[in-house]
Amino acid sequence: MSTEPAAGPGAAVTVNGAARALVGARPPVTALDWLRGLGLTGAKEGCAEGECGACAVLVARPGIDAPTEWTAVNACLLPAASLAGQEVVTAEGLGTPAALHPVQHEMAVRGGSQCGYCTPGFVCSMAAEYYRPGRDGFDHHALSGNLCRCTGYRPIVDAAEALGAPDAGDPLAARTTSAPPPTLPHHEGGWVRPASLADALALLGEPGAVAIAGSTDLGVEANLRGSRPGLLVAVDRLDELRGLTVADDVVEIGAALTLSEVERRLSGQIPLLDAVFPQFASRPIRNGATIGGNLGTGSPIGDLPPALLALDAELVLVSPAGERVVPLTAYFTGYRQSVLAAGELVARVRVPLPLATTTAFQKIAKRRFDDISSVAVAFALDLDAGTGTVRRAAIGLGGVAATPIRATVAEQALVGVPWNAEGIAPAAALLAAAGTPLDDHRASAAYRRAMLGQALPRLLATTAAEGVRS
Amino acid sequence: MSVGEARPHEAAALHVTGHALYTDDLVVRMPHVLHAHPVPAPHAHARMTRLDPGPAYAIPGVVRVLTAADVPGVNDAGTKHDEPLFPGEVMFHGHAVAWVLGETLEAARLGAAAVAVDYDPLPSLVTIADAIAADSFQGAQPVLARGDVDAGLAASARVIEGVTELAGQEHFYLETHASLAQVDDDGQVFVQSSTQHPTETQEIVAHVLGLASHQVTVQCLRMGGGFGGKEMQPHGYAAIAALGATLTGRPVRVRLTRQQDMTMSGKRHGLHATWRVGFDDDGRLQALDATLTSGGGWSLDLSEPVLSRALCHIDNAYWIPNVRVQGRIARTHTTSQTAFRGFGGPQGMLVIEDVLGRCAPVLGIAPEELRRRNFYVAGQTTPYGQEVRHAERIDRAWQQVLDTSEFAVRRKEIDRHNSQSPHSKRGLAITPVKFGISFNFTSFNQAGALVHVYKDGSVLINHGGTEMGQGLHTKMLQVAATAFGLPVERVRLAPTRTDKVPNTSATAASSGADLNGAAVRDACRQVLGRLEPVRERLGAGAAWEDVVRAAYLDRVQLWAAGFYRTEGLSWDAATMSGSPFKYFAYGVAAAEVEVDGFTGAYDVRRVDIVHDVGDSLSPLVDIGQIEGGFLQGLGWLTLEDLRWDTSDGPHRGRLATQAASTYKLPSLSELPADLRVALLPHATEDGVVHGSKAVGEPPLMLAFSVREALRDAVGAFGASTGSTSGVSVELASPATPEAVWWAIEKVRG
Repeated sequence: MSTEPAAGPGAAVTVNGAARALVGARPPVTALDWLRGLGLTGAKEGCAEGECGACAVLVARPGIDAPTEWTAVNACLLPAASLAGQEVVTAEGLGTPAALHPVQHEMAVRGGSQCGYCTPGFVCSMAAEYYRPGRDGFDHHALSGNLCRCTGYRPIVDAAEALGAPDAGDPLAARTTSAPPPTLPHHEGGWVRPASLADALALLGEPGAVAIAGSTDLGVEANLRGSRPGLLVAVDRLDELRGLTVADDVVEIGAALTLSEVERRLSGQIPLLDAVFPQFASRPIRNGATIGGNLGTGSPIGDLPPALLALDAELVLVSPAGERVVPLTAYFTGYRQSVLAAGELVARVRVPLPLATTTAFQKIAKRRFDDISSVAVAFALDLDAGTGTVRRAAIGLGGVAATPIRATVAEQALVGVPWNAEGIAPAAALLAAAGTPLDDHRASAAYRRAMLGQALPRLLATTAAEGVRS
Repeated sequence: MSVGEARPHEAAALHVTGHALYTDDLVVRMPHVLHAHPVPAPHAHARMTRLDPGPAYAIPGVVRVLTAADVPGVNDAGTKHDEPLFPGEVMFHGHAVAWVLGETLEAARLGAAAVAVDYDPLPSLVTIADAIAADSFQGAQPVLARGDVDAGLAASARVIEGVTELAGQEHFYLETHASLAQVDDDGQVFVQSSTQHPTETQEIVAHVLGLASHQVTVQCLRMGGGFGGKEMQPHGYAAIAALGATLTGRPVRVRLTRQQDMTMSGKRHGLHATWRVGFDDDGRLQALDATLTSGGGWSLDLSEPVLSRALCHIDNAYWIPNVRVQGRIARTHTTSQTAFRGFGGPQGMLVIEDVLGRCAPVLGIAPEELRRRNFYVAGQTTPYGQEVRHAERIDRAWQQVLDTSEFAVRRKEIDRHNSQSPHSKRGLAITPVKFGISFNFTSFNQAGALVHVYKDGSVLINHGGTEMGQGLHTKMLQVAATAFGLPVERVRLAPTRTDKVPNTSATAASSGADLNGAAVRDACRQVLGRLEPVRERLGAGAAWEDVVRAAYLDRVQLWAAGFYRTEGLSWDAATMSGSPFKYFAYGVAAAEVEVDGFTGAYDVRRVDIVHDVGDSLSPLVDIGQIEGGFLQGLGWLTLEDLRWDTSDGPHRGRLATQAASTYKLPSLSELPADLRVALLPHATEDGVVHGSKAVGEPPLMLAFSVREALRDAVGAFGASTGSTSGVSVELASPATPEAVWWAIEKVRG
């Protein structure tokens, strides 16, 4: 096919500073499989779904606070083919037993390893934060995607907090100051990186073709459920999908921006999203997962859709026929289904401005870091500080129906009522009745209902403590 | 000086650089390896009516399908002959009925999917309650008894009864089960396995293959975590690899994916307990009458000794004059539950802690006072008749925690917070741990070691214990270095192999350092004894290397096999009596939590621990075990939630939480904001290597403090708050946010 770039004989990956030919890298071979096949067995498979981080490695990606940043990713989810032309560093590349890297040294001497199986992954996640340009202290969330069953984490935290800044001559620190490796068109087995959005859309018209970005969802499907799409079309580096603009009346977010990129580049501008991101999966997942992918999978329990619903977001969809705009409320049509046509992509997410005055995100889950919501509630309310009443209300819900939904009945009942316990009571009762929650292993339907019922009183208690801003 | 020195793990530099090799890391270093994939049954219980491997051979890359017909020896993966390696009757959802070997794992996977199997589904029992209702039990039904329970209850001022149910736990060692088998020119089978029990793995491989033990060698380089899950469970996977290797002549690798591992491998036993307990007017325990039913799963595995230990720990740290505890093992159509850090002890101890936590408000006594009042004192014996040696250490650790945690002051602060915070309540609790060290079964309390001194003075040691992260090898290096007076760097440790040290016990029951340490020291002392005349001849100032060299030239044997058996143990399983434990390990923890009244979610704000490790062999290792055990216990009690499909639908019996995305173990977010760990001072343990104590399992139970603190906080949501409110708070285990929420709702009324 004309739009498909030529297969890449000679395609290479820079692994720990040395060029390695990208052979044997056709899907479903993952980056983890491929690296281990080179004898670099430091990265391990612990879960094959991006939950445990034993497979974490560093890749050089376009940076936000520097031209390049060392980014921790789950190698178990990433197709090996996607590494073409990229630079990868594994635990073996950071240091050797005779010359430990500072991160490795702190982990070793403080008892940060016991069985050692999760350790190379922790070291890579920790090194990504160590090298993050402009960091102030150590962000614990950098380790939110790594599980350790032995240590209880205390010595690992101590190791992280003992880290200073990289030495002046540190080669990996130096690498962040120059441009990232380009992502060139490439074709490897059933995986293709097209040169342009137009090429991508043409390829996506082929039977069996699937768009792939961070592979945080497709990778799980492949590893755990044996999904083997006919053609994977990489859209994650397409410039057309990676814009971010803040205008007077709208914020437009390119669908192929990773959640980490959106989180950091929009930091402080959309407080509701600031509240969501730290609770959304883990750092390595957010480093791969894209905002478009989170909407494209159409999961009823994704954390972003409830927030975007509350923000009255619209989606710009693109296909060879052109663009169309769909309000998010009209996007989801059923369990993991949407209006997205075959061959159509989410191009941009539009969040209208001005934002509501009071926003909050309530995530109910068993674990605080890196868990899937049993219920997610996003609020965007305009509270009138003068009258103490609710002017406008938007409430997005996840985990309580086959799709993310707006709690429209409860929203309507909120408008005009005083922002106090008596005022919100009718709306709280209506919110408790929203959706059709189910019993499953995450939570009972009764608990989900109860949490919906508690959502407004909980928000009131928070705003009462903080005072109403207008 | 090495013993007692805080040293990093001996392999830390290899761990952090990714150089440490685990069993499955060997695969890429070995040519022509075949990959194995199971054929899982889609029923909880069924009779297999047809198995046709034929279609699998149509898949490119499929080399061989292994079925029961291929077994030359005994078709059994265990030691009880109730665990067929290739079953004819499917006994749990995901039970492997055949295995497919392929050139690639993808070929083996597709081949496994192609194997044609017909099933005749049968009725299934999934929960302990199902099994009790159906009178489905297996194995021994021991009774632990002392005194006259009926009279004790009759004479009690208060008799309270209840039911306590607690869930099991998935080991979730980061390294899943892995084995790699090869056969040499003489038919000698070499299996590298992630196993805590190389000798038993060797024995099972031998009996499956119809070989003698001397034809099978098992090596364990190291494990990526074990926690008991690799004590009994690796054998079948090793046997599959070995069978495949003998049939194909090629190396065969079995490595389970996380889903396969969680679906197929045994877990911590859940427990159902009914109890009646009597107290006198002062809250002193008078009698306990209880029935413990553990969920054993489809076969016995280690369920009997696990149950014994549960019974032997139902007293925890408390004197109960009259005891009758009946134990039984439910047979269900689930994975065969197995050893898991504490080995039934945690389950038994949780019952009595639940009893005390629930009864304290009814008795009108603060929980910490009720607990303290019932502590063992010197001279008292356990219900099975063993003297509680060093009982005063419970009081000492308790007082140290009360002091250093400023328990009384914080109690007042918490009460103040709770009176001012309608939507958030804090709780504080302190709980003790007493845990018996030694295998209940006396014969297992033996160990061997092999110590080589080479002509250049360097030392190589082998011992029967396996390294799973617990720091055993680190301690053994320190013991040997100390014995010889050498820097640790002069001593190396070689991987655990059954052809170096035979007939070993499992590295389990926290006993690894006690047993193997004594065996290593024995071997070192033998060598030192032989060197002594040479040293005397050369003079006190002679360098080690000169002594060794001279000894060699004198034809002195420079290596020795060490052996150790724990003296003074006795155990009669029929009467459930004796002195099965060398000593008890003690610990105390105080925990503070804050619970959100809107959701039931909570934070662990602070934990203070004092734990008794005797004179620590290796403090960094021991503190790591304490912290890690505590957090694993916290996971078991608050977060980790095994859910089986109990519906009558098509997936009945399937483990619904069989992946890391659905089974949540503690992450960094569960680390208490403030965690303070101290080793109990002045705790020398006579008769154990260098005065030390075992540390692997006991700290897990320190997490009871968190569960009791949650109970305290939940109680504070009640109309009349406080520990003397008379309101008994029932808390499910695990106390997930949802479980805490429902407990709060009940208290709110």
